Amino acid sequence: MTQVMEQTDTTVEEHPVAPFLRMDRIPHIWCPTCGIGTVVKCFASALVETNIDLDKAAIVSGIGCTGRVAGYMNMDAFHSTHGRAIPFATGLKLGRPELFVTVFSGDGDLSGIGGNHFIHAARRNMDLLVILINNFIYGMTGGQNAPTTPLGAKSSTMPYGNFERPFNLPHLAASCGATYVARWTSLHIRRLTKSFREAIKRKGFRFIEVIAPCSTLYARLNKLGTGFNLMQFYHDNTEIRHGADTRDLDIDFQGEITCAKFVDEERPTFLDMMNEQYKKTLGDRYVPMAPEGGMYHE
Amino acid sequence: MKADPAGVLTGAHYLDGDFACGEGAMAAGCRFTAGYPITPSTEVVERISRRFPMMGGTFIQMEDELASMAAIVGGSWTGSKCLTVTSGPGFSLMMENIGLAVMMEVPCVVVNVQRGGPSTGLPTMTGQADMMQARWGSHGDYELIAMSPQSPQEAFDLMIDAFNLSEQYRVPVLFMMDECVGHMTEKVVIPPADEIEIVVRKFTKDPPGKFLPYRVNGTYVPDFARAGDGYRFHTTGLTHDERGYPEMSAACQEVCVRRLIEKITKNADKIVRFDEENTDGADVVVVCYGITARVARMGIDMARKKGVKVGVIRLIVVWPFPEKHIRELAKKIKAFVVPEINYGQMVLEVERCSAGNAAAVCVPHGGGSVHDPKDICDAIVGAAK
Amino acid sequence: MSRTEIRITGYGGQGVVLSGYIIGRACAIDAGKHATMIQSFGPEARGSACSATLSVSDTEVLYPYIGRPDIFVVMSSEGYNTFRDELKDKGTLVYETDLVKPNLKKGQPSFGVPSTRIAEELGRPIVQNIVMLGFFAAVSKIVSQDEMREAVKESVPPGTEDLNLKAFDAGWAHYEETYGDNKGKKAAVAADSSA
Repeated sequence: MTQVMEQTDTTVEEHPVAPFLRMDRIPHIWCPTCGIGTVVKCFASALVETNIDLDKAAIVSGIGCTGRVAGYMNMDAFHSTHGRAIPFATGLKLGRPELFVTVFSGDGDLSGIGGNHFIHAARRNMDLLVILINNFIYGMTGGQNAPTTPLGAKSSTMPYGNFERPFNLPHLAASCGATYVARWTSLHIRRLTKSFREAIKRKGFRFIEVIAPCSTLYARLNKLGTGFNLMQFYHDNTEIRHGADTRDLDIDFQGEITCAKFVDEERPTFLDMMNEQYKKTLGDRYVPMAPEGGMYHE
Repeated sequence: MKADPAGVLTGAHYLDGDFACGEGAMAAGCRFTAGYPITPSTEVVERISRRFPMMGGTFIQMEDELASMAAIVGGSWTGSKCLTVTSGPGFSLMMENIGLAVMMEVPCVVVNVQRGGPSTGLPTMTGQADMMQARWGSHGDYELIAMSPQSPQEAFDLMIDAFNLSEQYRVPVLFMMDECVGHMTEKVVIPPADEIEIVVRKFTKDPPGKFLPYRVNGTYVPDFARAGDGYRFHTTGLTHDERGYPEMSAACQEVCVRRLIEKITKNADKIVRFDEENTDGADVVVVCYGITARVARMGIDMARKKGVKVGVIRLIVVWPFPEKHIRELAKKIKAFVVPEINYGQMVLEVERCSAGNAAAVCVPHGGGSVHDPKDICDAIVGAAK
Repeated sequence: MSRTEIRITGYGGQGVVLSGYIIGRACAIDAGKHATMIQSFGPEARGSACSATLSVSDTEVLYPYIGRPDIFVVMSSEGYNTFRDELKDKGTLVYETDLVKPNLKKGQPSFGVPSTRIAEELGRPIVQNIVMLGFFAAVSKIVSQDEMREAVKESVPPGTEDLNLKAFDAGWAHYEETYGDNKGKKAAVAADSSA
């Protein structure tokens, strides 16, 4: 840090995270004051700081606004089908076990249409970093109700207010066996980045939920003001409680949002368990897949 | 190149079609399989899950068929040869991601051990009623390859061809077995590994930075880069340009989708495979596939004894359809007779290609068993009049 | 007509399918014939009545299912009741004498073996089906004794070959002792329908 401060000229040719992004695809498609870009920046910063080998990193998204994230990251990037980012990523990880695989998608994609894959990947402790941006609504299709829409909030398919109880996603992930569970908002740039850094270094099913504003739909349909008002709301209404009981993390409409790291533990991953079981039962007959994968070639 | 001996169980075996199919996949070099249990296909993955740990392969039982199909599309991007296995209801669930495999151009093989449908139908009994689903089941315009074996031996042999074609054309190959073949145990001879020729997709020789994932240089099939080799490519199910970047325009759609289709249609002569017998001078030609091809031969023998000049075309590759050949044949014969365990699917294709030059007679069977050869004979005799 | 059709039936756990598999393997691999086995699937394959069919032929088997079997091997009364009527009029019945009380048609060749008791005497009731297989092999002579023994050896779990071959031989010996030429006894042809 001191070195930087001693420099007289602090301008840089390139943004520090630019090498981690596909700059040829910028400008991105997200609306002004959307929170996704901020979260991408935090993730890219965490990648810089943890010195991850991007040649061995892959990112998978499903469909939706957050589903476009893979398209902007400068690593092997897969924009898959709606809800199937996690099983697609599972195939990548098992096909080439040395890969660092991140799933980056939205609340509707991962907990709605893809909910079944989410719980099973957590149960298996599949070695995936799963980043879920929760904006409480289906954005890309025009503001429909999501499995995360708070009770009473309006959406284009719940015009009189949502009457379905939403998921408490950290609790869902933790109870299914996730080894790392955290929640932040897109306002918590430093804490979120730190959380990404930690999770990148862990193994197993790591889940980070990021609450982010959708000013175009969620805020408009619920008369919550501009993106600035939503960030102000996060500022005034979040409480950080590390290790909080995940049962207490429901989010009420315009209620307080509890943020923090809730789970951080070590447990053998799917591949660890598989290798151990086969070694135990098959001994020398077991031929594990090579870290670089099961490809056979001359 | 020659097969990896680790996956080849050389020798004479007594195997059912499902097991033979699993052995074929392993001999072909498949090393990643994701599947979900469903009768009558489950024995394929049971076989694979038992043998994979000894050859560096990984099997995972996914939570459903949506996940299984998505996992092998992901898995194929690592360069591994990938397989999933299912039956009717699971095949329906796989359709969306079969489309993704077509669009992303990843090699993979999907086995559908066909049972009676629709819906849950006849889980333990045979059918051939998913043939049009194989062709048209995923949304949008596309071409792919489908094959149909008539015996456990052929389930083994064709599985190797299925993987080879899939690798060569970077397209999903649908292995349209039927329950009867899947659950039928017969002699299967597996040759030594050095007698099994396998194809591996063409990997790019371009360095990272120079490589474009969907550039074809005047051919139809782009070179492949696998995940984790530093290419940092992007791929998507959206309509995309050579870079694999989404481009939402009619112009890009035309370039992108036309090539996906022509990749198969322009190479159809190389992909199409069928057995042909006694079609010269025939009045009637039976077009058949899978288990029905065996039963049809009995009906054909009966019709010949009644003096009918009858030939046979047994489809081995079902899609693409041997369009040119049927078109030419139609000009020389009175009628095609098409027995199949459905109420008329491939017969529609025969009829289309006949273009009014020959009749196309369907011999339907609702499923649950195979045809009575006499019914096929009667249809042949009737069509010859 | 060179085609022989066989149905084997019993209850779940008796090893019906393995018996069918071994016969098929002996015919197809060891004796160079064509043999297609079909096993019944679904709930009926897990529960009480379990069944496998074989079509054995000198030429390629085109039609995979059986019509009316030439030989009916039966190891449970429920299996007998389910399939008894499909056996050809002059078809051969091979049955477990303690578990099946057949209602024989006049002139029908039938051969009984107390395979469960014999297996128990060998100390392993689980090899009942292989005793029956040895007996069936001796009755039918569908392949040679050596060919069938070879198929047994190749089909049973490694380490159990000797036990299973002993069971096979015991079944074969029962036939020789009860019906074999050297004992001077002819095949039991039911004199009436109440045998």
